[in-house]
Order: sequence, then structure tokens, then C-alpha cells
Amino acid sequence: MEALELARWQFGITTVYHFVLVPLTIGLSTLVAIMQTSWVRTGNEKWLRLTKFFGKLLLINFALGVATGIVQEFQFGMNWSEYSRFVGDVFGAPLAMEALAAFFLESTFLGLWIFGWDRLSKKVHLATVWAFAIGSILSAYFILAANSWMQHPVGAEFNPETGRAEMTDIFAVLTNSTTLVAFPHVIAAAFLVAGTFVGGIGVWWMVKSTRANPNNPANSDAMMYRTAARLGAVVMLIAGAAILITGDLQAKLMFEQQPIKMAAAEGLVETEQPAAFSLLTIGNLAGNDPSSVRHIIEIPGLTSYLATGSWDAPVPGLNDLQEQYAERYGATTADGEIIEYRPNLLVTYWSFRLMIGLAIFSAALALAIFWVTRKKQVSDKTWFKNLALLSLPMPFMAASFGWIFTEMGRQPFVVAPNPTGSDQIFLMTLFGYSTSVSAGEVIFSMATFTIVYSVLGVFWFKLQKRYASEGAPVIAPPPDDSDDEARKPMSFAY
Amino acid sequence: MELVNVWFVIIAVLWTGYLVLEGFDFGVGMLMPIVGKNNTERRVALNTIGPVWDGNEVWLLTAGGATFAAFPEWYATMFSGFYLPLLIILVALIVRACAIEYRAKINDQNWRTRWDRAIIITAWVPSIMWGVAFANLVRGVPLDADHQFIGNLFTLLSPFALLGGAVTLTLFLTHGAIFLSLKTDGIVRERAEALAKRLAPVSLAVAAVWAIWAQLAYSEVAWTWVPLAVAAVGLALAWWFSLKGTFGKAFAANAVAIAAAVVLIFGSMFPDVMPASNDAANSLNVDNASSTDYTLTVMTWVAGFLVPVILMYQGWTYWVFRKRVSVADIPEHNELTFSKD
Repeated sequence: MEALELARWQFGITTVYHFVLVPLTIGLSTLVAIMQTSWVRTGNEKWLRLTKFFGKLLLINFALGVATGIVQEFQFGMNWSEYSRFVGDVFGAPLAMEALAAFFLESTFLGLWIFGWDRLSKKVHLATVWAFAIGSILSAYFILAANSWMQHPVGAEFNPETGRAEMTDIFAVLTNSTTLVAFPHVIAAAFLVAGTFVGGIGVWWMVKSTRANPNNPANSDAMMYRTAARLGAVVMLIAGAAILITGDLQAKLMFEQQPIKMAAAEGLVETEQPAAFSLLTIGNLAGNDPSSVRHIIEIPGLTSYLATGSWDAPVPGLNDLQEQYAERYGATTADGEIIEYRPNLLVTYWSFRLMIGLAIFSAALALAIFWVTRKKQVSDKTWFKNLALLSLPMPFMAASFGWIFTEMGRQPFVVAPNPTGSDQIFLMTLFGYSTSVSAGEVIFSMATFTIVYSVLGVFWFKLQKRYASEGAPVIAPPPDDSDDEARKPMSFAY
Repeated sequence: MELVNVWFVIIAVLWTGYLVLEGFDFGVGMLMPIVGKNNTERRVALNTIGPVWDGNEVWLLTAGGATFAAFPEWYATMFSGFYLPLLIILVALIVRACAIEYRAKINDQNWRTRWDRAIIITAWVPSIMWGVAFANLVRGVPLDADHQFIGNLFTLLSPFALLGGAVTLTLFLTHGAIFLSLKTDGIVRERAEALAKRLAPVSLAVAAVWAIWAQLAYSEVAWTWVPLAVAAVGLALAWWFSLKGTFGKAFAANAVAIAAAVVLIFGSMFPDVMPASNDAANSLNVDNASSTDYTLTVMTWVAGFLVPVILMYQGWTYWVFRKRVSVADIPEHNELTFSKD
């Protein structure tokens, strides 16, 4: 493999890994903040127990999320220096804003939250967890503004003298139409992940607590976990609806902005009117040979509807788009190689379907929770416990596939051209990687990251599993305050 | 002042924030096994940085992001050129974040010992590497006409660069010892104070040799003698105050010395941001490495508004956790073990 291929693999591995952790942090920080708010407002101890329980799981997750996020800030320079030179004037701004506005907020207030339980008043301490949650959501906004510019560059012009894209309007960059739909979509996905996490673990523990006490199935532990399950279900339902709405908006925007990505998502080889949505396709997707693709099960007109809002509108196929792109952006590279504008079909087609398909588990779990726990009921059913466990990893994977889809669907561009913007602002991935870095160096760094990430991932999983299976902590009665001035151990310490 | 110069200064400020703050985090990590002879004492040391280390590290991410936004060419050349050293630093920071967070999660001696080792190693490694990196910026590295780095790993490991590594190492060790003297009580404090008194003259000596070498061999201007002198006086005062046992002042003096060292490093480069050692014409400077005036204006507004806010709430964090930590503050481990009961 050449340095380019390796650099792409490395970016894919490190980014997907990072993005497994990030949605849980974003969604769960807000849910923990909601739990703690409920405790402060009602004084009901079950909320405090849930706050501490899910708070621990959040911290275990956040540590690895932050650690793997550090790489992202530097990887553009290390492996993608030519990309960085081309986009830095525009792309660097949201990245720097993310650090200034979001990372500081997140990290500083998380420290205050972890160690502040007995140092801050109840309300100030509550404010710190909200500041942390807001910081994590803000960071998603800025990084998506940066990424959206790669999907749909706006607010910039090409400077032939410097050979790079230069920013002309920061507000256009920050209010990019692509950002405005990607941000709510990703946030909704984060809440689906966190809702499934809280709901799934809540169900698992509710069933366990109910069984542990057969004479009193609706014991206080079971009822507490029932609350968590129902909170998770509400979040899943709202997030699921938001995902559908924003995903639909995204598809329509993609049809205008990156039509070839839309066609790849569908495996749509030739232009069709109306275009169907296929659930199963055979043929040589892996060989990226569109001519062999056969759709087996189709929903007539759905792709037309997803793309345009009309059931019988024409949707351009890959072959037509290939010609259009070649005409507009060049048929060959400077070396005379023919440019393939069609993204990898196997990856785009299936990642798009897996994104949607895997998210359905959360919907099933949410509906099951609403039904089983209706009218203050608890459950001891094995199938329910198993459904909860089975559903847990699904939205994580769905979110990862969504990310893989949007990034792989952008290929062969690292900065995709904006059809209604400047025709000079685009960059082939091929020309973005660091020419001064050797393939050997990239292999070494990729191997290093992969090994380190794998080892840390094992610890992450073991700790999550151990802490989840331990359940919510019992809150000790407040210590005797008679010797107030004497040294009391900290309520939280490393 | 032109915006490119403003941003040159802002990036120096961000690095100063990083080195002053994470400098003592690293120092605490390196000294943890020396000031803490048992688990509880090690936890005392670790908990002095517990609430703040993560926020401190964001100064690095901000310096990186700001360099990308304000000087994309610098960002691109530096991080692709310093590829392997940066990789080592990143791996250290990744492992370190998990080590600090996961160490106390399982109550098992083997588990703790392994993470302790990780905490110690991942504090030593970046402490040395940052000095190597900055010394290479001062010394310059070979760049071609397209500003691409054309050296290799060994280009970066010159004696001057390695001595630079020794400077940050000893500086952070001293900084950490002074911080621990300020933030702990009891036996840990006693050990930290003794260490600070012994380490301060070492960092003064190593830094003085390196700084004078830098000034004589690589600085283009005479005014950088001033920050050099300030740094020397700062380190001498840090030693003096340590001997007197006034560690608050010693910490301030050490912080001033670190800031002055950053001024010396950036001042000796200016107006270059990445001097080319082979041909001065290939150097990256504030003009040919920078973003447009528009981008710099936007970022100036953002930084001008946010940095004071950040300083306020980070400062508040230090105020909230101002109390010294001692063995009596450390709760019993009530954390879990992997083996089920």
C-alpha cells in the first residue's frame, strides 16, 4: 500500500474509533445533567443514585473519548499536510473555535463536577454538569461546521496566487446549510445512543431487581431502574423522530449538493424516473463495477421521494454523473489517469442501509419499554432483558456507519465541489496527504495507534461492563457534622 | 501591530499557558513514585492535579488549532515534519488520559501498579519531547522550496535539541515539585519540598547553558537577551524561594521563567515561524505561513472574547480546589474489583 492508502486507513480507523465514543458522551452528559436536575428539584434519592451510576459510566467513556480526540487535532497536519495547506484558512477557524469555546468548557467543568461534590453548593455543582454537557454539544457543532465545509464549501473563494481556498464569510461557513442539518442529525443520533444506553441498562437492571425480590417485584430498586428505562425510552423516541426528519432533510440537500453520493447510497447506476429504493442488491459492488448491479427487493419511487420530495422525479445515476463530473472537474489527473468520481459502491450502499437498519433496534426497545412498563408495571421477562442487551451496541454501530457513509460517499474528494459555488474549490483526496511523510512512517503510526487503541478499548469495555453490572450505588447517610472543621475525606478522589 | 504578529504572540501565549499548566501536571506524574511511597501517598500526589489536568491539556489543543487557523503552512510543515516525535507525544497523552482516569477504578494492586507505570512514563516522555521540538524550531530544520521538511528523525536529534529536552524535563520536574509543595500536606509535602530544593538549581544550570547556546548560535537579535535574563532570574528566584520555604512565590517565579523561555524561543525565531537551516529563503515566516487578514480578524475577535472568559473560569477552578491535599483527605478505596464476590 502507498502512503495515501495508509493515511486514509489511519484516518478511518482513528476517526471511527473516536466516533464510537463521542455520541455516548454527548448524549449521556445531558441525560446525567437531567438526572441530577431531577434530584436537586425533587430531592428523590433515586435520581441521585442514577446520576452517580450513569455518571461513572460517562467518565469511563469520556476519558477514552478525550484521549482519542487529541489525535484528531494533529492528524490533519501529520498525514494530511497538503490538505491542511489548501483548506487551513477556512477549516482551521472552526477547529480553533472548537478548542476555545467547547473543549475548555467541557474539560474544566468536568473536573469541577467530578471533584466538586462536596466543594460546591448543590446548585453550582448542578451548573457544572450542564456546562460540561453544553460544551460537548458545542464541540459537535464546530467540528460538524468544519466537516460540512468539506462536503459543501461555502463562504470562501479560490486564490490562484496562493493556490488555496480563502475564507470570505465566517457566517456563511458557520451557517452552511449542510451544517444546519448535519448538526441536529448527529446530535439526535447521540441522543439515540445515550437513550438506548440508559434505557437498555435500565431494563436489564429492572428485570434483575424484580427477580431478586419475588415477594415484592415493584421494590424501590426495580422502580428506580424502571424510571431509567422510561427516561431512555422517551429520549429514544424523540431522538428517533428527530433522526428521521433531519435525515430526510439531509437526503434532499445531498441530492442537490452531492448527487453522486446519493446515487451511490442507492446503487443507482443509470438515471431512473421514478427511482426505486432497493433493500437488497447483488452484483459486483465490491469491484465498483456498476454495470453488474441488480436490485432484488425494491420500494418503487422511494429514492425519488427521499431525494426530491416527489415520488416520480428523475434521479441521476452514477454513469451520467460520472460524465457530468468529468466534464466539469476534469476527466484525468495531471498524470493522465482517468478520475473515478463514483464512490466505493459496496461501502456507501451498505453503510447507508446499516445506518438505518441498525437504528431500528432502538425503536423496538423504546416501544417495548413503553408497553411493558405501562401503568407502573415492572417486568421480570427474560426476552425483555435480552432485547435490552442486544439493542445496546446497535445505535453505536448505526452512528459509525452513518459517519463512514458520509465520508466515503464524498470520495474521491476530500473537499467536494459545491455545484453552485466556486468551481476551483475542491480537492481530491489523492492530493491531500503529506508528501513529506513516508509510507513506512504511516505504517508505523497506524500500527501504533491501532495497538494502543485496541488495548485501551479492552480496558474501556471491561470497566464499562464491570461498572454497569455493579448497578447504582447505595447512598451513604450524610456524615456526622459535629466535627465540621476536622478533616473529612474527599467524597471523590482518584 | 499587524495581525500576523498579533497571532504570532497569541500562539506564544497559548504555548506558555500549556507549558506552565501541564508542566506541573507532568512534574507531578514523574515525581509521583518518589513523593508517594505507598498507594495512599501516590493518590495524594495525583489528586493535586485531579480536577485540573484535563483542562490544562486543552491549552495544547488550542495551540494546535490556533496554529492551523492562523498559520496553516506552519501547522502543515511542523506536524508532518516532526512526525515521529509528535506521534510519540500523542501516544503518551492518549495513554496518560486513560491511566489517570482508570487507575482508581479497580481496587487491585496489579491494576494500579500498571497504570502507575503508565502515568510515570507518559509524563517523562512528553516532558523530554517538547523540549526537543522547541529546540528544533529555534535551530531550524531543513526545508525545501515548497516548505516541506526534508530531514529525518536523526535531523531532529541534534545535541542542541537533546539538551532542549533536558531543559523541559528538569524544568517540569522542578515545577512539579514546587506545585506539590504548595498543594500537599504531611509526608508528601516534606518529600516534595526537599525535592524542589534540590531540583531547582539543576533546572537553572541546564536551562542557562541551553539558553545561552540558543542566543549565541541561533538568535538574530540582541533583545532576546532580556527574556533570557528574566528566565535566569526567575529560575534563580524559584530556587531561592524554595530554600526559604515560600513555595507560592517559588511557583510564580518558575512560571515567569517558563513564560520568559517561550518569549526567548519565539523571539529568536521571529519573523520566522519555522526557520530553514539549509537555506534561509525556504523559511516559513509570519507572512508566507499565515492565513488571510480576514481569517485572522475573525479569530482575533473570537480569541479576544473567549480567552479572558476561559482564564476566569479556569482560575475559579484553582480557587475551588485551593486546599492542600493530605493523606487524611483520601477516602478508602470503595471501588470495585474485577473478581466477583
